[in-house]
Amino acid sequence: MLKGKALKFGDNISTDHIIPGRYAHLRSNLRELAKHVLEDADPTFASRVKKGGIIVAGNNFGLGSSREHAPLVIKMAGVSAILAKSVARIFFRNAINLGLPVLICDTDKIDDGDELKIELKKGMVKDTTNGNELTFGKMPDIMLRILNQGGLIPYIQKYGDFKL
Amino acid sequence: MGKTLAEKILSRKSGSDARCGDIVIAQVDLVFAQDTTGPLTVRQFRAGNAKRLANPKKTALFLDHAAPSPKREVSNDHQLLRQFAQKTGCLIYDVGGGICHQIVAESLAKPGDVIVGADSHTVTAGGLGAFATGMGSSDVAVIFALGKSWFRVPETIKIALSGKFGRRVGAKDLVLRLIGDIGADGATYKALEFGGDGLASLNMSDRFTVANMAVEAGAKAGLFPADKVTRHYLNSQKRGDGYQPLSADSDAVYENTISINLASLEPLVAKPHTVDNVATARSLKGTKIQQVFIGTCTNGRMEDLAIAAAILKGKMRHPQTRLIIGPASPQVLLSAISAGYIRTLVEAGGVILPPGCGACLGLHQGVLAEGETCLSTANRNFKGRMGSPQAFIYLSSPATAAASAITGEITDPREVS
Ligand code: SF4
Repeated sequence: MLKGKALKFGDNISTDHIIPGRYAHLRSNLRELAKHVLEDADPTFASRVKKGGIIVAGNNFGLGSSREHAPLVIKMAGVSAILAKSVARIFFRNAINLGLPVLICDTDKIDDGDELKIELKKGMVKDTTNGNELTFGKMPDIMLRILNQGGLIPYIQKYGDFKL
Repeated sequence: MGKTLAEKILSRKSGSDARCGDIVIAQVDLVFAQDTTGPLTVRQFRAGNAKRLANPKKTALFLDHAAPSPKREVSNDHQLLRQFAQKTGCLIYDVGGGICHQIVAESLAKPGDVIVGADSHTVTAGGLGAFATGMGSSDVAVIFALGKSWFRVPETIKIALSGKFGRRVGAKDLVLRLIGDIGADGATYKALEFGGDGLASLNMSDRFTVANMAVEAGAKAGLFPADKVTRHYLNSQKRGDGYQPLSADSDAVYENTISINLASLEPLVAKPHTVDNVATARSLKGTKIQQVFIGTCTNGRMEDLAIAAAILKGKMRHPQTRLIIGPASPQVLLSAISAGYIRTLVEAGGVILPPGCGACLGLHQGVLAEGETCLSTANRNFKGRMGSPQAFIYLSSPATAAASAITGEITDPREVS
């Protein structure tokens, strides 16, 4: 089970919001790069996020570039999961490949700062602040297996190949 | 039941009867990374204890996003990629070698290929009938090692084109209209497939522009059939042997069809800070711009520079508006020199960048200051992308960009002589 405080964002948070191209020179210095996580969407984010914080977003989270640094710095900042109404395809795949759960649900029912509990196996999010329970959509089996292994690299190391 | 282009290509490359919604494992014909995604790709490759590339000659690295290097950190990343190429024997296109997607289009992609790049605009090669899509560094590292990946076969939205473009209206206006209509997530997880009578009038450069921006509607691929135009292009690139005709079955099943009459389009602009925030160029008259950028994998080709040069010939840029030109590849630059376009553009007050991404991602060569506005022929106008998060990026065709460079404000190119 994952637990944490909701950190809320609106629609269309792009990979340029998450980690702007102007910091591309820091991509081999992840600790420095992570200091700028989401700064163009919420300059206070890096200081607000606590270990176990949960990003709660609107539609099309993570649109834009293929930079895997985007979910990587989010994970490094201590975020344990991302909930969104919808997620851009490459970002979705990248996050799962890093073992960071991305779950699709109706995030309008969650307010900023709410305490959340996520039960991955049951497919359920409980907002313990307002008592709402939300279900999230199922992801393809292969993604679930990659997530369960903690990411793509550990998955391939274990199986040596893709298993359908 | 017939198949869409995506289903056809993924069936062939997975050796299965691939239908939308299926998950398949397909062979990858070309895999690549660039200088901002490559270092992490190399690290993930090593983290997985991979030793060798599955296909060194089908694996490429491009130093294009920040090249020549503007910063020490980038130089170190470039060095890491050069050393990796030397060790593994993969292809490498070093500084000045051009934008990855342009080189893939000119020299590497063929109809029917499956192509994966660690760059979202890998979709560009869909212009010549390749199933080309972007992924992140971990996925690409695994393809480096195994030569294959898993794919969800996408549902397809068909875009049926009819008619012909009017004067000074082009492929960029078409794709902005489409994204404006369906939205920045209108095709998430899906493929866009272009067809209809209007297709014949789109040259290869037009098709690359449209396919390039498929990802701005969230699409996994933007696919064109391979036809006479494709064959002619491959012949002109001395790669005619790579041609094979490719089209969807007439009874293929589409999620829906959107019809667009090219003759009904007019010059369009995407306003800050999302690509689907589309308005007509004429409605934005009076919007002052401090920089015009003509280039990128979307509109940095010979045809684009020809359009810009025709409008700027004998004219001068507005004194308060910088004009930056980024040819997408050495081939584009050399052709534009031979055709006299470079002289025209420099005489009009333009500055020519080396072949590469240039100002597109805010790292160098045209970074925007607080409060500045840029009109760019690129594909993204996200907040902060070209420098200051307090800057404003508008996107347009090369015709609109060139006309606006003369007036210093957003201008419908049909209004300048
Ligand atoms: S030109 Fe711009 S959009 Fe194209 S690959 Fe380079 S940075 Fe990306």
